[in-house]
Amino acid sequence: MIGLGHYLVVGAILFTLGVLGIVINRRNIIVILMSVELILLAVNINFVAFSVHLGDMVGQVFAMFVLTVAAAEAAIGLAILVIYFRNRGTISVDDANLMRG
Amino acid sequence: MVQLLVFYLFAGIVVASGLMVILARNPVHSVLWLILAFFNAAGLFLLMGAEFLAMILVIVYVGAVAVLFLFVVMMLDVDFSAFRAEASKFRPLGVVLGLVLAVELVLVGGAWAFGDLATGAGQAPVKAGLSNTQQMGTILYTDYVFIFQAAGMVLLTAMVGAIVLTLRQRPGVKRQSISRQNARTPATAISVERPTVGAGVDTSGGVQ
Repeated sequence: MIGLGHYLVVGAILFTLGVLGIVINRRNIIVILMSVELILLAVNINFVAFSVHLGDMVGQVFAMFVLTVAAAEAAIGLAILVIYFRNRGTISVDDANLMRG
Repeated sequence: MVQLLVFYLFAGIVVASGLMVILARNPVHSVLWLILAFFNAAGLFLLMGAEFLAMILVIVYVGAVAVLFLFVVMMLDVDFSAFRAEASKFRPLGVVLGLVLAVELVLVGGAWAFGDLATGAGQAPVKAGLSNTQQMGTILYTDYVFIFQAAGMVLLTAMVGAIVLTLRQRPGVKRQSISRQNARTPATAISVERPTVGAGVDTSGGVQ
């Protein structure tokens, strides 16, 4: 039967893939944002798996808030990306030093 | 048995499409793989019995976030082939990091067991006889109503922020000014001219 461990393994693999995506696509910020979405999806799978396994609805409520924040983050990130591209003509984050930070 | 089969189907497609998201050459393909991953993750949620979150995942992620990504990828005229040459440079480092992370996660998962407190009474135990959506509603709008409102504020801030960031005032664009239109009277809008023959009326300063 499908246990908690099965879902945790799927979540762990997805999380690792997200981190891997951030590292190997370091210049391409669009794919980095997609990798962050993958990581948050893995987190959500873990939350829901634990929630169902423990019989506690709070995990699913929290997963919904994670989803909310992920949507907000994607919108803001893409907006920043659009104005960055408008100013620089490229989306390479290697030389992102507009703020001289 | 069927459940196990369905689980492996969904899980396999999630992992495979997650891999394709980070390896696809074309970002548009990446977005499409991401949509496939979200659909199959929604299937996993359904299998776990979290129907509400599964539907939210399809509506919010596939319907909104992925389409937003698709719009941005297609709107920006970026030469993605330049990134590809660089990407292979980081691949060994990425594989090492990924392996370390995976091994650590497996170790944590293997060495971990539930304590007595965790398996006892939860904050909001699942009630028998109510559907998943009803249970979410009964605790989301009562015990967690302030956090729910805070989530709404986060979304409002994100919306205002995204609009403010991307709105631009371009010079030289003719826009309708309703207040100026309404403020016009016949006295300012009409002028009676008596031009001499062959001279015409000079309106280069604009008709008021």
